[in-house]
Amino acid sequence: MGKARQHSQNQYDSTVIIVYLLLMVIGWTAIFATQYDGTFSLFDLSTNHGKQFLWMGVSCLIFFIILGFDRLLLMNLSFIVYGAVVILQLSVFVIGAATKGNLNWIDLGFFKLQPSEFAKLATAMALAKYLDTPQVRFNTLKQRLISFAIVGVPLLIVLMQGDAGSALVFLSFVMVFNREGLSNWFIYFGLYIIAISLLALSVDKFLLIGLVVVLFAVILAYIYVVLPRERTVVAIIVGLMLMSIGYIIAIDTAFHSILKPHQQDRINIIIGKLEDSKGVGYNLEQSKIAIGSGGPFGKGWLQGTQTRYDFVPEMTTDFIFCSIGEEWGFLGSCVLIGLFVLLLQRLITVANRQRTVYARVYIYSISSIIFMHFMVNIGMTIGLLPVIGIPLPFISYGGSSLLSFSAMLAIAMKMDSERLMTK
Amino acid sequence: MSNSENGSGLLSIGVYIVAIVFLIKLFTLQITNPTYKLQARNNVVKKMTIYPSRGLILDRNGKVIVSNDAVYDINIQYNQLYKFPLDTLLFCELLMTTPEFVAKRLDEIKRTTPNKPTPIVKMVEQSTFARFQEYLYQFPAVTYTTRTIRRYPHGGGAHVLGYLAEATPKKIESSYGYYELGDYVGTTGLESYYEDYLRGKKGFTYQIMDVRGRMQGVYKDGTDDIRPISGYDMVTSLDIDLQTYGEKLMQNKLGSVVAIEPSTGEVLAYISSPGYDPNLLAGRYRGHNFMELNKDKTKPLINRPISAMYPPGSTFKIPSTLVAFNNGVHDPSWSYHCSGAYYGGGVRVRCHGGHFLPNVISALKQSCNAYSCTIFRDMVMDSTLGSPEQAYKRWRDGIMAFGFGNVLGIDMTGEKKGNIPSADYYNKIYGRNRWKANTIISVAIGQGEVLSTPLQMANMMASIANDGVYYTPRLLKYFVKDKKIYKPTAEKHVVGIPEYFFPDIKAALAETVVSGTAARLKSTDFDFAAKTGTAQNPHGKDHSMFVAYAPLDNPVIAIAVVVENSGFGATYAGPISSLMLEKYLNDTISSKRLYLEERMLKANLIWEKQDSTVKTNMILR
Repeated sequence: MGKARQHSQNQYDSTVIIVYLLLMVIGWTAIFATQYDGTFSLFDLSTNHGKQFLWMGVSCLIFFIILGFDRLLLMNLSFIVYGAVVILQLSVFVIGAATKGNLNWIDLGFFKLQPSEFAKLATAMALAKYLDTPQVRFNTLKQRLISFAIVGVPLLIVLMQGDAGSALVFLSFVMVFNREGLSNWFIYFGLYIIAISLLALSVDKFLLIGLVVVLFAVILAYIYVVLPRERTVVAIIVGLMLMSIGYIIAIDTAFHSILKPHQQDRINIIIGKLEDSKGVGYNLEQSKIAIGSGGPFGKGWLQGTQTRYDFVPEMTTDFIFCSIGEEWGFLGSCVLIGLFVLLLQRLITVANRQRTVYARVYIYSISSIIFMHFMVNIGMTIGLLPVIGIPLPFISYGGSSLLSFSAMLAIAMKMDSERLMTK
Repeated sequence: MSNSENGSGLLSIGVYIVAIVFLIKLFTLQITNPTYKLQARNNVVKKMTIYPSRGLILDRNGKVIVSNDAVYDINIQYNQLYKFPLDTLLFCELLMTTPEFVAKRLDEIKRTTPNKPTPIVKMVEQSTFARFQEYLYQFPAVTYTTRTIRRYPHGGGAHVLGYLAEATPKKIESSYGYYELGDYVGTTGLESYYEDYLRGKKGFTYQIMDVRGRMQGVYKDGTDDIRPISGYDMVTSLDIDLQTYGEKLMQNKLGSVVAIEPSTGEVLAYISSPGYDPNLLAGRYRGHNFMELNKDKTKPLINRPISAMYPPGSTFKIPSTLVAFNNGVHDPSWSYHCSGAYYGGGVRVRCHGGHFLPNVISALKQSCNAYSCTIFRDMVMDSTLGSPEQAYKRWRDGIMAFGFGNVLGIDMTGEKKGNIPSADYYNKIYGRNRWKANTIISVAIGQGEVLSTPLQMANMMASIANDGVYYTPRLLKYFVKDKKIYKPTAEKHVVGIPEYFFPDIKAALAETVVSGTAARLKSTDFDFAAKTGTAQNPHGKDHSMFVAYAPLDNPVIAIAVVVENSGFGATYAGPISSLMLEKYLNDTISSKRLYLEERMLKANLIWEKQDSTVKTNMILR
C-alpha cells in the first residue's frame, strides 16, 4: 500500500488502458475486413477504415490532453459541458440533417457530429457533479427529482429525435441511482412495467386487462387477510391496478396509431409475433448467418463472406460484431466478450475505490453506459434483443462514438490516478 | 460517502449474467448449429452456367453462313430494388424498351425469383449495350450476362438452317437435365437435326457473388468448375452463292428449288419461297417477328422442298417410261402416232397436237401425253406381267425405286412421303379386279393421286444424271472439331434400271432444251438436259415444274424447280432452273440471258396473296 501511495500521483490503471487500446485495434481490423476489396489502401481517408484510423489518432490525443487537465477544473466544468451539449442537442432540431428517420446529426462537412454520443458523457459528469455537492445525499425527493431531471432532459431530447438506442442507454443511469440508494422497489417497478409492456404488445389487451384485475384481486385478498384495514396499502394497490390498465390501453393505442409500420414490424419480429426472413427480419437473419457461419474458430481475417459482400447491413457500425463472429468464430467472440467483462469489472473496481462522490458516481455511470451499449449491441446482432441501432464501444466505426467513449475513459483515468488526493 | 459501501450492485452481477447469456447463445449459433455455414455458402456461391460456343455453319466452299454474335441479357435482382430503386425512365430509354414492359417483367420476377438476378430485358445487342454499360453504375440492382445468338451474314437459307428457340418444358424434361428454362435449342432445320453436335457441352463455374449479385471472384479458385466444350463446326453441302441467287430469283413467288450434286447426293441449294431473313428469328425481336411471319398469308415458315407435295406432272414421264421399258413393254425405238389425244375406255387425255413420234426422244422432248399413257396402259394390261393389279404393282415398285412415295431420308425433320397410290388403294375404291389401266390413266402423266415433293423430283433427276444411281440427299458435308473431320458415309441406292436405257432418255432430255418444250431456254454458253412439267391445280392456276441437270457429260448438278400458280413449266420454273444451272457452272450469267434474269427477278406472282402490312412490321436487329 505504501508503495502505491508513493506513485499514486501519476498511476493510471494499466488494465483499463491496455483493454481500451486492444478494443480499438480489434475494431479497426474488423472495419478494415468488412471493407476489404483485395487492396491494402490502409490510410485512404475515403474509406471507413482510413477515417477510423484518423479518429483513433485523434482519440488518443484527446485522451492525453484530458490526462493533462487539472482534475478540479474538469469537475467544475461538468455543468458547463452538460449545458453546452444539451444546447448542441437542441440545435440538431434546427440545423440537423434528417437521416434514417433519426434527427441526430450535425453535418460539419468533414464530420457528422452526433451530439447524443457526447450527451452520455456530459450527463455522467453533471450527475456526478450534482451528487458531489456537499449537502446532497440522494435521499430526499427533491434531490432525487433533480438527479432524474439531469438524466431526463437529454433522454427526452433523444426520444424526440427518434433515437431509441440512445434513450435506452440513458436508462442505464437507473443502475447508478440504485447504487446511490434508490430502492430496489423502483427496479421491480421498472421490470413490472417492462413485462406489462411486452405483454401488451403480444397479448390481446382485454385478456391482459382481465389478467391484471385477477392478479391484483388476489393480492388485495392476501393483503386483506395479512394486513386488515391498511387503507394506504389498499389505495396504492388499487391505484397501481388502475394505472396498469391505463398503461396497457395507452401502449396498445401508441403501437397501432403512433408507430410507423416498419417499427411495428421490428417489435413484432422480436416478440415472435412475426416471422419474416426477407423483409425486416432479413437483416437479423443475415447477421445470425454471419456469426453462426464463423464456427468455433472463424473463417480467418478478411475471409468473411457475409460481411465482405454486404449481406449484413450497417456492418461497420451497428453490426460490426458480425465481422468478428464470422472471421474469428466462437473463440474470437469469447475473447471480445472477455475483454468487455474485464474492462467493466475493472471499472467497477476502480469506481468502488474512489474516495470522492464525483469520481465514484462518474466512473460507475460510464461503466453503466458502456455496459448498456455492450449488452444491447451484441444482444441485437445475435438475436436476443430487438434491432436497435447503437454502436459497440471502441469497436464500431464512428468518430463521435469513439471520441466520446475515449473521453469517458480518459476522465475516469484522471480521477482514479488522483483518488488519494484530498479534495 | 455513506452510500459507497452499497457494493457494486446491479452492474457487477449484470455484466456476468449478460456475458454468460451471450456465450450460451453464441455457442448455439456458432458450434451446435451447422446450418448457418451452409446458408452463408449459399448466400455467396452461385452455380453459373458457361454456355459453350455453338458450332459455326459453313457452306461447301468454306464461307461462314451462320456465326455467333455476343448479346447481353440484362438481369435485375428484385429484392435489391427497395435499396436501389430503378430509374425506370432512364432504364427504358437506354435499353429501348417501354415502362409497361419493364413493369410487367418486374411483376413476373417478383413472383418467381425475387432473390436472384433474373433477366428483365433479353438479348440486347452490342451497340445498345455499350451505351447502357456507361450508365450501369446508376443501377446497382442490375447485372448482365453475356450470351451468343446466331448471325447470318448472307441472310439466306432460312429454311435449311432453321432457328433456335427457347427450350419447351417438354424438351427440358426429355433432355435428362441438360436443358434449363431459358436455354436456346435448335428447333427447325439443321440447327434442330444436328443440335447435339452443334450445341457443344455446357460448363459450370462456381462464382462468389455479393448481395447485389455482382461477381466477386471464383469459388475455391475454380477447382470445382467444369469447362464448356464448344460445338462441332458444320460444313454444309450448300453453295451459299447459288442459294442466295436462287432465293433472289424466287422472290415474290411461291415454290421451291432443290439442287443436288448427283455424284454425292449433296444438296447444293435448298430454297423455300417465300423465305425470310433468318436474322429475323435470332435476337431480341425473335418472338415478335415469329408472330408476324406466322400471320403472313403466304406462309413463309413452311418448309416447302420437303413438306409441300405436288403432282409431278410431265416430269413424271421420265421414270414412268423407264419402268415400262425395263419391264419389257416397248423400247426406246418404239414409234407412235399421236392423234392429239389419248383415247381409251371412255377416257380422253388431251395432248398438245397431233404428231408422229419415231422414238422415245421425240416423245419425251415434246412431252406427248398420248405416248406416255399408251406405254403405261400397255404395261398395266400386259398379260405376261399377270393381272392388271400385279402389273401395276411392278410399275409402282419401279417408280418407288426412284425415291417416290417414301421419305428419302434427308438430314432434316418433317420430310413428307409424297404418294404413289398402291394397288390396294385402287382395290378399295373400285373393287378388286374392277379397275384397269384406263381407270387410273392419269398417274401415267404424274397427275391424279400421284404426289411428290420438290426434293423427290430433284433426286429423280440426279438418278437419271447418274445412270440409275442416287445417293440419299444430304445437307451435311462434314463436321470439323479440333481440326479433325467427321464425314458421314454416302448412302447409295440403285433404281434398278439397266444402264443401256439411259442414253436414249438422256438424249431426249437434252433435245428438250434444243428443240423440245424448253427450246426457248437453249444457251450457247452451257448445255443441259431438262424436262418441263405442268401440274394441274384444282384450286387455281397450274403449278409450273422444271427438272434439269447439267452439263450433259458428267453432270455436276441436278435441279428441280416448282413455281406455284404460274402455268406452263417453261415460263417460270424453266428460266429459273436454267439461270441457276448457268450460275453454278459458269459463275456468271451471259449477257444474252440477262433479260431473262431480270424478267424472273421482277416477276411477282403472289401480289394478290400478299398483305402489304404484314412484312413491314418486322424488326431486324
